[in-house]
Amino acid sequence: MPHNAKSTASVGLNVAVLVSIGRHPLTARTRRADQDARAVEMALTLEGASVSLLHAGQQEHEHEEAIRGYLGMGIDTVSLIQQQSQADVVPALANALRTGAPQLVLTGTRAETGEASGVLPYLLAEALGWPIITGLAAVEKVEQGMATVLQALPRGKRRRLRIRLPAIATVDSSAPAARQSAFGPAKRGAFEHLDATSEIDEALAAWQVQPARKRPKRLKIVKSSSARDRFKAAAAKADGGSGQTLSDVTPEQGAEAIFKLLKEEGVLR
Amino acid sequence: MSELVRRDPRKEWIARNRLHPQHLEVLAELGGGAVANEWMGPNGVMRRNPHAVGFIGPNGIRRIDRSGAQQAAQAPGRSVEAKDARRHVAIDTPAFMIAVVPDMAGGRLSSHDRDLLGLARQLADADPAQPGAVLAIVFGEHKETTFGEAGIDRLMHLEGERFSGYLPELSVATLQGVDREMAPRYWLLPDSNVGGELGRRLAARLGERPAAQVWQVEADAESATGWRCTARGAAGRNDISRTLPRIVLALAECADPVSETRHAAEPIKLSNGLPDVLGRIEDMGEVAVDPASVSLAEAEFILSAGNGVKDWDSYHYAADVLGATKGASRVAVDDGYMPRDRQVGATGTWVSARVYVAVGISGAIQHLQGIQSCDKVVAINLDEGCDMVKRADLAVIGDASAVLAALVKRVEQYRFEQQENRDAA
Repeated sequence: MPHNAKSTASVGLNVAVLVSIGRHPLTARTRRADQDARAVEMALTLEGASVSLLHAGQQEHEHEEAIRGYLGMGIDTVSLIQQQSQADVVPALANALRTGAPQLVLTGTRAETGEASGVLPYLLAEALGWPIITGLAAVEKVEQGMATVLQALPRGKRRRLRIRLPAIATVDSSAPAARQSAFGPAKRGAFEHLDATSEIDEALAAWQVQPARKRPKRLKIVKSSSARDRFKAAAAKADGGSGQTLSDVTPEQGAEAIFKLLKEEGVLR
Repeated sequence: MSELVRRDPRKEWIARNRLHPQHLEVLAELGGGAVANEWMGPNGVMRRNPHAVGFIGPNGIRRIDRSGAQQAAQAPGRSVEAKDARRHVAIDTPAFMIAVVPDMAGGRLSSHDRDLLGLARQLADADPAQPGAVLAIVFGEHKETTFGEAGIDRLMHLEGERFSGYLPELSVATLQGVDREMAPRYWLLPDSNVGGELGRRLAARLGERPAAQVWQVEADAESATGWRCTARGAAGRNDISRTLPRIVLALAECADPVSETRHAAEPIKLSNGLPDVLGRIEDMGEVAVDPASVSLAEAEFILSAGNGVKDWDSYHYAADVLGATKGASRVAVDDGYMPRDRQVGATGTWVSARVYVAVGISGAIQHLQGIQSCDKVVAINLDEGCDMVKRADLAVIGDASAVLAALVKRVEQYRFEQQENRDAA
């Protein structure tokens, strides 16, 4: 299959991966973020590419543990950009990327903490003037400043894109799962601290954040003037009953009917 | 035929008079050629059909009116077609605009798009003295005909060669042009795969901070824009309540779709023409994917086998020819014909296929639960009374292997014709 082919033409490619602190959905413990870990995995599978990790945030013991989760995937150092809490990390990251000048920047689609709006990669792309693509599934080849990549679409489909480097690509959960984090390399890995000014995000102060409420279920409201219609809608059995049943037909006639439906739905290729 | 009701007072009088010699004839005539309810039997005895009397009343219950006053209601062809009671709304000089970019998945407005248009209407109609107009921007070809019913006042349809395929840069530049020209008060986009990406690109381009994953919008006099929204944050763990920003990426069911009004959906164009964009992303088309590698939960087309399949080789061959992902019922898995990860149903995988073909599956309730979100279900079964046939949109009663073989033959013929056309072209 062409889309699983290993990319060998990425020799000398400089890849930066933006990583964040994740939060386990069940236990709420800090961990490596799932989509970011997939982005690291994708960078590591690019043969011959040099991978550097970048994280911007405040320094805490807990966060350090989570970042070590990425180091345990087989990476020596992570660059940490020190930022205050409530800081807008976009300017700091844009500066770091401008100086680092990687050809490809990978990151998860959405963070697991904070606002998690998923806008950061787009803001970086706009600030740097680089193209951005979403749902990267594989990098097929890199040549002459152009990368041929596969984009994951819903329902397991893939689309082939050619994109001019340098570029930013986001990785979502359709990318290959991340490898396990090993304890030894995670402990041995080093942090490289970078200093940057923090720009405080003022808008955050005006927001109210509370634990998520359960969304109300939408009621089925029948708008009908006659009571009989309303009663019929309320008492109706759930099954559609609008189906067409072909009995006493030859297999050929039945097959023709099915074939027509498959063709109308456009699933035959 | 004229819809006017022609009454014949004399015949109505005869119909009321049960002792009139022509009573039965007139009744039959007014009843629109209904079965005569009295006749001479073979032994010379008058027979009477007690079921042929009366008429179906307006609430669907049979009424027998001995006075004869209601006889005229029995006449057929009187059923008035359900009139479209939706109010027609035209907004000629809108106070402001609300721009919506629907996903148009499959060329039609999805339910997510309709919810979003409902939200747009809510924002536009908040002040009845100064109504706003809802502007929808649609890229590429579409098959939708009910834009007005969905609540759209102005429709900007961008079609042609330039707008086919994946063109995020051109789309964003076009939306930027719309923003410059019409200056909509709000931009609403669905926070789905397509709309979410476009909305974030637009927000970055316009330098606005969007609200993503919005699921509730309420009027709030204290906030700067008069509206307040609630959005999911931190991977769905938090609710962020904030003033409604200019760009909103909303989740499904953020508002109720429009149902009571119809709108003009008046086509408009960009007066400045379309922007020229230097594309740095080039779409090289979709890639054929091996259906077997697609996970069952997100497969588009599933051929599922159950206890009724006896010839497993031909089933596997059929799945290959059709290009379908293979699924199975619990029985087929338990008997060892299919691997466990292919099981569909409550104890296996919940599938969301667009087309689900069930071969020889009777439809246990656990299996039917698993295929709840499938659009079209096709059943091939021997038993006409089974639950799968009741659920199916198309059911073929017959031997599974014979029908499958015929289907394979038909598809192979179709492929062959296609190949010939391609060679001829």
